[in-house]
Amino acid sequence: MSFVPGQPVTAVVQRIEIQKLRQNDHLILGFSIGGGIDQDPGQNPFSEDKTDKGIYVTRVSEGGPAELAGLQIGDKIMQVNGWDMTMVTHDQARKRLTKKNEQVVRLLVTRKSLEDAVRHSMSNYPK
Amino acid sequence: MDNESTYSGYSYKSSHSRSSRKHRERRDRHRSKSRDSSVRGDKSVTIQAPGEPLLDAESTRGDDRDDNWGETTTVVTGTSVDSISNEDLTRVSKDLEESSPLECRRFLGPALGAVLGLFALITPLAFLALPQLLWRDALDPCATPCEGLYVSLAFKLLVLLISTWALFLRPPRATLPRFFVFRCLLLALVFLFVASYWLFYGVRVLEPRERDYRGIVGYAASLVDALLFIQYLALVLLEVRHLQPAFCLKVVRNTDGASHFYNVGHLSIQRAAVWVLEQYYSDFPVYNPALLNLPKSILSRKISGFKVYNLGEDNSTNNSTGQSRAMIAAAARRRDNSHNEYYYEEAELDRRIRKRKARLVVAVEEAFTHIKRLQDNEPATSSPKRPREVMDPREAAQAIFAPMARAMQKYLRTTRQQPYHSMESIINHLQFCITHNMTPKAFLERYLTPGPTLQYQKENSRGRQWTLVSEEPVTAALRQGLVFSLRRLDFSLVVTVTNLPFLRLGEEFIDPKSHKFVMRLQSETSV
Repeated sequence: MSFVPGQPVTAVVQRIEIQKLRQNDHLILGFSIGGGIDQDPGQNPFSEDKTDKGIYVTRVSEGGPAELAGLQIGDKIMQVNGWDMTMVTHDQARKRLTKKNEQVVRLLVTRKSLEDAVRHSMSNYPK
Repeated sequence: MDNESTYSGYSYKSSHSRSSRKHRERRDRHRSKSRDSSVRGDKSVTIQAPGEPLLDAESTRGDDRDDNWGETTTVVTGTSVDSISNEDLTRVSKDLEESSPLECRRFLGPALGAVLGLFALITPLAFLALPQLLWRDALDPCATPCEGLYVSLAFKLLVLLISTWALFLRPPRATLPRFFVFRCLLLALVFLFVASYWLFYGVRVLEPRERDYRGIVGYAASLVDALLFIQYLALVLLEVRHLQPAFCLKVVRNTDGASHFYNVGHLSIQRAAVWVLEQYYSDFPVYNPALLNLPKSILSRKISGFKVYNLGEDNSTNNSTGQSRAMIAAAARRRDNSHNEYYYEEAELDRRIRKRKARLVVAVEEAFTHIKRLQDNEPATSSPKRPREVMDPREAAQAIFAPMARAMQKYLRTTRQQPYHSMESIINHLQFCITHNMTPKAFLERYLTPGPTLQYQKENSRGRQWTLVSEEPVTAALRQGLVFSLRRLDFSLVVTVTNLPFLRLGEEFIDPKSHKFVMRLQSETSV
């Protein structure tokens, strides 16, 4: 899921819609993110390519909105509500996810198993 | 007769006669045929006057002595002269006449060396003086060139004299078991030079009554040059060559495992041994035999073993090793709690030592507050109400010793140091500390840590007897993997030689502008 500079990034993504939960006048989504272009990509345990500076889901809290919506740990977030997440700093990502006036966030996430599933299903079809 | 034998010269004068060495070797060979490179039988002779310590101050036997000098005022003696061990008996019954040659052996070498040196120095002057004395009238007159040569000769002789004094006229520090190869080489060289110069002189100058005085003076000057060069050679061989480190010696004391590492250069085994011993006296903590053993209560439980029965075996002789091995294996498998006892015993001892140390420190601090130094501008008597008597350091030391004596005695007894410190020595040390304005902590540093062996030596000009035990001849040079040991009466030092590694030093240039940094973050934010 790394990128080649100058070439468009392609990925198989899953659309996940999370309803924010109100908790003590915070709106929480129930997961944690890591990564960003200002972070050290080598320490990311979930990325396949250790130069990938994208935003990854590092923790999903039990029974939270994210888990209910089907977000899994290790997912890479590609878009949030239409905003790109592949080339943002950590703080920008956090801000995009925690906008106070939004009740719903629609994420496009990708993971390795999606890629494998598509390839597997494509190979089964005769050309 | 003292119980210590002698050390004789290690590196003192270069110019020593080869003949003295030969004499010494011949005498050594006659003395004991069984002597080879390892000096096995060379123990010191001990003839004791009653009341003197049986062994020298370094090796101590028996720590049940009367040291109640805290309570009473008896002065403690070093050891108690009660039992003579087997080793002492064998030593006493040895050849008694070994002692007297050993005594003057120490000075024999230097004396003969001095003779040869003096002879070598006088020779050029003799070369100059003899023609003048014998056939003065027949000599060719030679004014200015000769005087120039005289001046140069005089200065070279002066330099020779001064450097001989600086380099070689030192009191010897050690006696080596075998002769010192380099020194003998140099002695032989000097002897050869001087002899051949005399030979030439005798044949070519004295016989035909040579008239060219300038030539004779030049000849004498060349002898002085040759002597200077020999001295340069001596300097390099004896003093300089072994300075560059080439080997690392590991020195381990076999009784308690105290060890040190030293770097030395290219030396022979005997010279390295002397060098190690010099470092030993100032680096190693003093050997205290009382600190060695585990308390008997812990070890005695291992004695009870298993009885092994032979069933149906005829020959029991070759089964003994099997038996003992079986017993050892069984003993090892048995559940053994002696390590527990050892641990608690150690903890208890530590606690006791710390408690006594605390009491000692407090007592000493308090004692030191009782006196203060009298400044010059202070009147001796401040007021008629409190007249102060002026004391010298000795009296001041004795005055403040009494309150701390008991705490000191208890502490020394707990740390098993009481053989090394008598009441007299403590008062002396106290006087010394008071004189030099030392704090109580400085006074106590001598007692709180066991110092190097040199600190406990009495002033003794007889020297210490060490035995060099080695499988190689002791004049062989050091090399990797060599092991030799230096034995004393009740402990020994085992020395292992390893090469210093060959270093390949590379270089790397760092541009000062290349030092740049970025932040390395890995934050995780929960949303």
